[in-house]
Amino acid sequence: MAVADIGYDPARTRATAVGLFRRKRLVAFGVPAIILAYFVYVFFAFDIPGLAERARMDNARILLADTYSHKVHVSQDNRSGETSVAIEGENKGKYADDAWPDWVQRDGQSVVVELGGGEIVRFDPGAVRYDVPGYGLVSIRRTDDGIVLDTPQGPLPDWINASNTRVSINRAAGRVSVTRNRTEALRYFAGWELFFFTLDSPFAGKSWGELASLAVSGDQVRPGQSNIGAMASDFWNNEMWRHKDVVWAIFETVLMAFLGTMGAMLVAFPLAFAAAINFSPSFLVRFGIRRLFDFLRGVDGLIWTIILSRAFGPGPLTGSLAILLTDTGSFGKLFSEALENVDNKQIDGLRSTGANAIQRNRFGVIPQVAPVILSQVLYYLESNTRSATIIGAIVGGGIGLLLTQAIQTQKDWEEVSYYIILTLLMVSTMDIVSGWLRQKLIGRTTNPAAL
Amino acid sequence: MANLTIGAPVDNIKAGYMAMVQRKRIYSGIVLIVFVAMLAAGFDLADSRNAGGFWSGLSRIFDFPAELIKEAFEKSAALPGNLAMYFPALVETINIAAVSTLIGAIFAILLSLLSTRGLARWPRLIGVFRRAMDVMRALPEVVIALVLIFILGGGPVPAMIAITFHTAGALGKLFSEVNENADLKPVEGLTSVGASWLQRMWLGVMPQVAPNYLSYALLRFEINVRASAILGFVGAGGIGSELRIAISWGTGRYDAAAAIFILLFLTIVVIDQTSSHFRNKLVRGF
Repeated sequence: MAVADIGYDPARTRATAVGLFRRKRLVAFGVPAIILAYFVYVFFAFDIPGLAERARMDNARILLADTYSHKVHVSQDNRSGETSVAIEGENKGKYADDAWPDWVQRDGQSVVVELGGGEIVRFDPGAVRYDVPGYGLVSIRRTDDGIVLDTPQGPLPDWINASNTRVSINRAAGRVSVTRNRTEALRYFAGWELFFFTLDSPFAGKSWGELASLAVSGDQVRPGQSNIGAMASDFWNNEMWRHKDVVWAIFETVLMAFLGTMGAMLVAFPLAFAAAINFSPSFLVRFGIRRLFDFLRGVDGLIWTIILSRAFGPGPLTGSLAILLTDTGSFGKLFSEALENVDNKQIDGLRSTGANAIQRNRFGVIPQVAPVILSQVLYYLESNTRSATIIGAIVGGGIGLLLTQAIQTQKDWEEVSYYIILTLLMVSTMDIVSGWLRQKLIGRTTNPAAL
Repeated sequence: MANLTIGAPVDNIKAGYMAMVQRKRIYSGIVLIVFVAMLAAGFDLADSRNAGGFWSGLSRIFDFPAELIKEAFEKSAALPGNLAMYFPALVETINIAAVSTLIGAIFAILLSLLSTRGLARWPRLIGVFRRAMDVMRALPEVVIALVLIFILGGGPVPAMIAITFHTAGALGKLFSEVNENADLKPVEGLTSVGASWLQRMWLGVMPQVAPNYLSYALLRFEINVRASAILGFVGAGGIGSELRIAISWGTGRYDAAAAIFILLFLTIVVIDQTSSHFRNKLVRGF
């Protein structure tokens, strides 16, 4: 009886407990099951089984090899018989005819190319002979009916790809391809070639020691210009790696992020007052401004970028304005929430001393919200550097543009890796700088917007 | 006499204080002027490096939206059909975002636990895991996506991998901040009864941090929906690639573009509102 008096019913409590356990068990098994089912659905919706077929592993190999090595092309025009040796096959990396590297030799009418590992390719008139140690001599003849391939006995190895218009041989040492009009042999070398100076510069191919002694020596390599100045200008105007354009592109990207973020802060700050309930008495104004913020955020950076690029054309200004518009929405929401959370005691204190509205806001409100606003702005600055890279890829500006161009041409992968490294450095630097500033100005905070 | 001896230091203090205030005002003024000058110079520079100028473009800013709306109105009968037609692409975009948020969050949980002092499985490797997260966070999604498109071809998978990679880094950092505030007593209790590392994390840490994790993951989902739409535009699948086709010069169909804009806008607003509702519920309890 006493049990009933204090309102304790063991049966009911037990039922509740059992119910709770059942619910917990349901959640513990149900949620993973739902996620698993979702993964299975996506596995088929994204056609992951078919991915293995579509994946181009040969592309991946080329990409990987090109990122840390460069190739030198030895190519012969089969009509005129002219041969040229050029780094990456580019005009800017072409060796002069009397200054070929020592692994390419003339032998009467023929050209002999050593690919390393004892593999030797001979460009003879009318035929190409490739001596592969351990396999034998592969010869490719050009006839009136097309290209004829002669190999040693046995089945064709998978590194030879032949038809009657084209034969290509892919070996670890290099590649050879023969068509009616053109014969080409590529040899791989480690490292990024001509990163500092192109071949037309007097400093090309010199070691660090030679360069240092040239820098301090009085003899001018290029008359009328000090050696250090000439080196700097040759490096800066390197046409193969385009250091000047790259530095400008990085600067443009940071500029887009800076202008967009700071501009958005300046626009959003006054508007946030109009959207905060304790500063804006009119419901209509508040409602209108809040919907404006929602609209700016909802339309999304992608759509703003498209609309603005139609009006302003490609370039950094378009990117800045796109970031500015999107972030005005985000900042407006965050700032007005911060303003709604201010402590009224400080404002009342100022009012008691006879301060007017402007003074109350300046000394009572701004000191309270400044740390929140600053930390948010700094977080956004870092994340907008990343957005500016992406927006640059869409509108055409900054490092994003260089990156998309380099990837779309599908041959200069060493430039792609160079740009990726630079992008990483740029974003990390912005991260460190904004973190340092945040620490200096407001001390340690957690990310308010979780970017 | 007594007045004088007290008065002089008070006056000194007052004068010193006023001088300090003055100096502070001058500094703030200089900082403000430099900031405004930087901003103005920056806009000027950006304007000069842009293909079209700001002032000439400003008058044309409504041309494209007006044209789009006009064409959409003229073909308003086709709008429901267009909305239905692009809905599967929208679902793909949302799927990319959802899968990358889920997988990214799983990796982020592991990375964050491995890089939090007191919880890490291998305390010596904390720095390694932190740097790994920094790199993952710093790499823009578009970089990975473009490289993967070259290898894997177009479609949702490159975007998914790219966003997952970035999400793991970004969430990992936030999660490790949450972990630092977790109470270690349950973990110590579990250690004393011989629980393994996984058991300690699962039973001792997860119940404390789950609401915050969930809240950050929801916010990340919203960001990822936007990111997956953008990646579609540069070549991965989903609604972004449809948009690119719809707005291309000459062959563009603006009624289709309008339908895509509406779908994207509504999706983002709905996700934004629901995620902020649930986040408030999770973190603040209302």
